[in-house]
Formats: sequence, C-alpha cells, structure tokens
Amino acid sequence: MRLADIVRELDLKVLAGPALEKKVAGGYASDLLSIVMANAKENQLWITLQGHQNIIAVAVLVELAGVVIAGGVKPDPETEKKAKEEGINLFTTPLPVYELAGRLYKLGVSG
Amino acid sequence: MEENFEQTISLQFELKSHDFVQAGEASSEIRRRLKKLGFASDVVRRAAIAAYEAEMNVIIHARRGRLQVEITPRQILIIAQDEGPGISNIHQAMQEGFTTAPDMIRELGFGAGMGLPNIRRFADEFNISSCAGEGTSLKIVIYAGEG
Ligand SMILES: Nc1ncnc2c1ncn2[C@@H]1O[C@H](COP(=O)(O)OP(=O)(O)OP(=O)(O)O)[C@@H](O)[C@H]1O
Ligand SMILES: [Mg+2]
Repeated sequence: MRLADIVRELDLKVLAGPALEKKVAGGYASDLLSIVMANAKENQLWITLQGHQNIIAVAVLVELAGVVIAGGVKPDPETEKKAKEEGINLFTTPLPVYELAGRLYKLGVSG
Repeated sequence: MEENFEQTISLQFELKSHDFVQAGEASSEIRRRLKKLGFASDVVRRAAIAAYEAEMNVIIHARRGRLQVEITPRQILIIAQDEGPGISNIHQAMQEGFTTAPDMIRELGFGAGMGLPNIRRFADEFNISSCAGEGTSLKIVIYAGEG
C-alpha cells in the first residue's frame, strides 16, 4: 500500500511528506531506538511515541518508509525540521499505538 | 561499485558528550558516502547501524570521542575511541538489555541495552577494549565482498 493511501485512510497529519508515493512494506512499533535499529526493516512504517529528533536519524539509517508519532504526542519542532532536511516522511495522529497498529493491519499493512 | 576508488577513503568525526542535536550526523554522513560509493545496500545498512550505535555510546556514556572510518572496496573499518568512564565489566555490557543509562536518557528512547549487541550482530569483526576511568575503543569491520 502507498503511504498516500494510508494517510488518507487513517487521516494522518503530514508534518513532512517528501515521498508519499513510497510503498509500505509493513509496520513496526517501539519507543526504544536500538530495538528499532535491530528489528525494523527497510520500507516499514514505524509507530512510536517518541517526538525527539533522534527518531529521524533512525529512520534514515534503517531506510524506513516513514514515522508516525502516535497517541497525540507533539513532536519537538526540530524533529519536523530534520525530517524535511533528510527527506523522511513524518506523521502524527491522536490514535493510540495499539489502535493505529490495528487499523494498519486491517488495511493490509502487517508486521 | 559505481564509483571506482583505489585509495583508502578516510573520514573522521569528533563527538561531544550529550550533544543530541548533532547526534547521528556522523553515521548519516558515513551512510551517504557508502551509498554514493556504490556499496550493496545491506553493507551500507550494517555499517550505518554499527556506526550509529558506536556514535551514540560516545555521546551518551563518554565525555568526548572520535569516529574514524577507513573505506576500501573490500571493507569498511570503523574505529570509535573515547575519553570517559570506560567499561569495567565488558562481558556484562555486551549482554542484551544491560544498561546504565539514566532516566533522562531513557526518555529519549536510548538505554535499551541493545547498542553493543547490535554492533556485534551487524559487524563481521568486532573488538572492544576499555580501561575503567580512561575510555573505551571499538573496532568494527564490515566486509563489502559479495555474499
Ligand atoms: N563508550 C562507552 N563508555 C562508557 N560506557 C559505555 C560505553 N559504551 C557502552 N557503555 C556501557 O555499556 C552499557 C551497554 O551499552 P549498550 O550500547 O549495549 O546499551 P545502552 O547504550 O545502555 O542502550 P542502547 O544502546 O540500547 O540505547 C551502557 O549502558 C554503558 O554502561
Ligand atoms: Mg548504546
């Protein structure tokens, strides 16, 4: 599924969307950066409650399709800026992590 | 390899304690260079992740340090050296889940105790040595050869 379709279906707020045509190869959820480094795969969509700018470096290094900051967490302004600089798709949603993961699964985006 | 290079390419990055603004810049730059040089994506990814974990450990746990990278068509060598508290029990530090990161650091998403285990997993060669009260050095090698 394309990121643009996911954004529309789940009404995600786009903070940075340089590559919304990207196809999403699955999802991963964790708030611990080195757990994400170890387990997330290329082109997955990462769900987290972290709003700190270090999440963007992780997304770049793992070559993720994008990052969704869930649970209504407001990211630091630097996070948005960095996402734009690095060309990382960054979204927010008021949906809790569990709910968001469930909705993604329903759309066919599995682990 | 898209871009042929015969000489060793050397990169060097200075790292400062608790500099979470610059954090990840060194590894991102290493990744960009390796990509541009045409290394296989798996090689780029493993090198970038290992570099990131080494970089963050200096920033989080040490006072200051340096990342040195030597790139040849055959391998990527990453050396991380720091001045800091060092690690008194390396065996323990290598265990998955072992961390001494304080709450303030854990709130930023670090401190899973997975950094060193990740490096060991993604590297083809990995050496760690440390002197308590002085500092720590890591030597990481990623082979670039096919297969
Ligand atoms: N450069 C270093 N200087 C001093 N101590 C270190 C250094 N690197 C690692 N350590 C010690 O080893 C422990 C384990 O390191 P490791 O990278 O595996 O986990 P972490 O940094 O605590 O958490 P994570 O990497 O998952 O964010 C650290 O908590 C710290 O006590
Ligand atoms: Mg670490």
